[in-house]
Amino acid sequence: MKYVDEFRDPAAAKELIGAIERTADKLGRTVRFMEVCGGHTHTIYRHGLEYLLPESVEFVHGPGCPVCVIPMGRVNDAVWLAQRPGVIFTTFGDMMRVPGTEGSLLQVQARGADVRFVYSPLDALKIARDNPDREVVFFAVGFETTAPSTALTLAQAAAWDVKNFYIFCNHVLINPPLRHILDTQGLQLDGFIGPGHVSTVVGSDHFQFIPAEYHLPIVVTGFEPLDVLQSVDMLLTQYAEGRCEVENQYSRVVRPGGNPEALRLMGEVFTPRETFEWRGLGEIPGSGYRLSDAYQRFDAELHFDLPAQTVADNPACQCGSVLTGQIKPWECKVFGTGCTPEHPIGTCMVSPEGACAAYYTFGRLSKEAAAAVV
Amino acid sequence: MCLGIPGEVVALLDDDVATVSVSGVEREISVSLLAGEGLAVGDWVLVHVGFALSKIDPREAELTLDQIKKLGQAYTDEIAAFKETSII
Repeated sequence: MKYVDEFRDPAAAKELIGAIERTADKLGRTVRFMEVCGGHTHTIYRHGLEYLLPESVEFVHGPGCPVCVIPMGRVNDAVWLAQRPGVIFTTFGDMMRVPGTEGSLLQVQARGADVRFVYSPLDALKIARDNPDREVVFFAVGFETTAPSTALTLAQAAAWDVKNFYIFCNHVLINPPLRHILDTQGLQLDGFIGPGHVSTVVGSDHFQFIPAEYHLPIVVTGFEPLDVLQSVDMLLTQYAEGRCEVENQYSRVVRPGGNPEALRLMGEVFTPRETFEWRGLGEIPGSGYRLSDAYQRFDAELHFDLPAQTVADNPACQCGSVLTGQIKPWECKVFGTGCTPEHPIGTCMVSPEGACAAYYTFGRLSKEAAAAVV
Repeated sequence: MCLGIPGEVVALLDDDVATVSVSGVEREISVSLLAGEGLAVGDWVLVHVGFALSKIDPREAELTLDQIKKLGQAYTDEIAAFKETSII
């Protein structure tokens, strides 16, 4: 596939790793880079990159998996909404298996609730127009990558005056959790592999605060193995040359200012919440979106008088420590025993982009086997 | 979730909708978010949950691949020089 295959060339990867080893040697100390985005975590494990890099380069897996950061109370609310009489509850496939206290959406679907998974919020809007006598709710999750698609769908619903379509809004912002992590005491980080697809919307300039206020480099990065490897080399080179800045490795799709039309629409349809709860990170001020006053009539939280549950995480689950990079997935006590992709306890094991699921699925490679895969 | 896949625009339809082809599979997507970018048949876009998020810039893709090659080349040249030269 164009724009994919050429960024997976094994021969180029081998040479790039050689270049990285040389730069890392020059630096002469261990560096820890956080990949913010779950998509990068997936690439790193799938292609065994952490086994191919010198031991002095460590990856810390960040909070950028939207499924992983949804707190259980919100999952319970989704399950509650799905069970309202007459409701068609629509969701991305990733959210179907996330466990709530009373089961997952998949389980309530098996018990008779009308839960349908959709590829796009526009599919949910079509279901609403095709079923005017039913109330259709879309479970909106995701960072700024996905928020514009919900915004545009709502603008469309308003233009068509669709009266039976509602959004259960769980959209989140990328910068507040990054600040939260950067403010965490004792966390040692040397830089960020910056989120690629979030940046198509917000732009690479959105992360200027990281070098400016926290004196760490960040490289906005694509999702193929060569992208991630080049990004590691760019971060190391910044140290070697005494620079600390935002760089854009993913310039084929990311512009410094992002996508102005998407940002305009988000500003029209959403308003930042005072605070939003994150799995493992707790309440973070200004970190979530609700629908703006102009779009209130589409807000499922207002229309259905949602119970707005708060549920403490399972005490055995250490998703919070995984999401802040304080422990590796396999250091969690229930990893691979009580908690597996088939029977997840925590959300990091549910989504294929979650650090635990990625490690469980791809992580058991020896260094030699990893070299053969790439 | 934040997965985006490259697709080629094969037809531009009314109301900011386009048909894109991803590995030979065609589907209609919204191109509203690229309003004003002068999208044309044959362009490549990054597709996310049924929306084109960004136009892929072929020149930038080429430049990135060149940089990757150059980085690797510098390393290969040094290894070759290491092997092939001698101080005595």
